Amino acid sequence: MVRADFDRSLEELQAELVELGEIVEKAILKSMDALERRDLTMAYEVVAEDDLIDEKRFDLEEKCINLIATQQPLAIDLRTLLAVLHIAVELERMGDYAEGIGKICMIIGDDVPMELPKQLPLMATAGVTMLKRSLKSLVDRDTDLANNVWDSDDEVDELYDGVCRQIFLDMGEHPKTIEASTHFLWVAHDLERIADRATNIAERVIFMVTGRSGRYETTQEGNKSSD
Amino acid sequence: MLDQDPILQTRGLSVYYDTKKVVTDVNLDVARNRITAIIGPSGCGKSTLLRCFNRMNDLIPSARVEGQVMFDGLDLYGHGVDPTEIRYLIGMVFQRPNPFPKSIYDNVAFGPRINGFKGDMDELVERSLVRAAIWDEVKDRLNTSALALSGGQQQRLCIARALAVEPRVILMDEPCSALDPIATLAIEELMRELSEDYSIIIVTHNMQQAARVSHYTAFLMVEEARVGFMVEFGESRQIFTNPEDERTEAYITGRFG
Repeated sequence: MVRADFDRSLEELQAELVELGEIVEKAILKSMDALERRDLTMAYEVVAEDDLIDEKRFDLEEKCINLIATQQPLAIDLRTLLAVLHIAVELERMGDYAEGIGKICMIIGDDVPMELPKQLPLMATAGVTMLKRSLKSLVDRDTDLANNVWDSDDEVDELYDGVCRQIFLDMGEHPKTIEASTHFLWVAHDLERIADRATNIAERVIFMVTGRSGRYETTQEGNKSSD
Repeated sequence: MLDQDPILQTRGLSVYYDTKKVVTDVNLDVARNRITAIIGPSGCGKSTLLRCFNRMNDLIPSARVEGQVMFDGLDLYGHGVDPTEIRYLIGMVFQRPNPFPKSIYDNVAFGPRINGFKGDMDELVERSLVRAAIWDEVKDRLNTSALALSGGQQQRLCIARALAVEPRVILMDEPCSALDPIATLAIEELMRELSEDYSIIIVTHNMQQAARVSHYTAFLMVEEARVGFMVEFGESRQIFTNPEDERTEAYITGRFG
C-alpha cells in the first residue's frame, strides 16, 4: 500500500468519530433516564459531560484540517475527510440536545404534576437506533443502511406530532401542568432534532460513498441518486 | 461533454516507435480556450500523446502515428500539411526553460523574424511579454541576455516566445517541474489568463497542479505490455472529487499499484 501512513490516519479518524458517536448515544440515553427517574444527579452529570463531547469534536476537526493541509486528499479521501468534519459537528449538536434535556430535567426538579409522555422514551430509542445505524453505515460504506436511517426519520416525526397533540390537549384540560408540559415539548423538540441529525449523518455517508448529495437509489437500470 | 467546441480531436490515435506500439487508440476532444491536463504514471505516453498535437514526433525518425488528429477540421497528418506551419499554430513549452543564448528581445523576436513578420516588432515583443506576465520585470533590460533571468522568468520568456508567433494552441510538457513553488504558481496564474484566448494542453506529474489549473483532465495509464491508453476523460472537478473509473481513483489518491 503506497499511502499506508495516510490510510492509518484515516482509519483512526473514523474510529474516533465512532467513539464520539457512542459517547453521544450514551448521553442521550442517560438524559432520558434522568428525566424518567427524576434523577437530578444524573441530569447534572449529562450537562457536565457535554464538555468532553465538545472537546472531541474540536480534536477531530483539527485532525481533519491537518490531514487536508499535509496530505492534499482527493476523491474518496477528500470526501471522507469532509464527511468526518461534517458528522463531527452533527454529533456535537446531538450532544447539545442531550445536555438540553439534562438541563430541563434539572429545571423541572423531582416533583412534577404529570407523567412523562410515553412517546418521549420511544423517540429517544428510535433516535439512538438511527444514530447507531448511521455510524455503522459509515464504517461499512453501506448506502442501503444509510437510506434505511432516512426512512426511520418519518417514524420519529410521527411520534413527535403525536406527543405534541397530546401535550396540547393536556395543557387545555389540566392548566396546572402547563409549565411541565412546555418543558416536555422542548424535550420532544430536542429528540426530533436528534433524529434529523442522524439523518444528516446518513446523508453525508451517501455523499462520501457515492460523491453525490441526496438519497441513493438502486434501480433496475443501475445506480442513481435523486433528492 | 465539453462546454466549448473542440479545437483538437484525436480519433483512434496510436503511436509506434519502430514496431513497438507505445500509445493505443486515444479518442480525445480538446476544448477551445480551456486548459486540458494529461496525467498518468511514467511511461504511459503522456508526452508522446502531447507531441502528436504539433507533429513533434516527426523529429523522432522511428516514430509513426496511426489514426487521426484533427485541428479545427484539418487532419494534421494529412497529405501536404507542413509540420513547421503547424508548430507556429500549435506552440510548445518544455519542461526545462530553454531560452536561446540571445537577448530577451531577440528571444521573443526570433520566431516572427523567421516568419517574415513585417509589422511593428517592438510592439509585438512588448505585447508578447505583457501577455506572458513578465514585461514589468524585463522592460528595462530587453537587450540583456535571457540566460541571466531566473528559472521562473525564463519559463515565462519561453511562453512569450511561443505567443509571439500568435499560436492558437499552447502545449506544455511539465512546464513547472524545474521551478520553485512561487514561480510555479505564477505560471499557473498565467495559464488561467492565457486560456481566455488560447487552448492549452498541459502534461503534468503534479496532480494538485492539474486539479488547480485545468478545466478538463485525461488520465492515461500503461498496461503490462507497456502500451499507454486513456482510462478516463472528464471535467477536472469531477475527476478529482469523484472519478468514475476505480483505476483513476487509485492513481489520484496515491494508491496506484
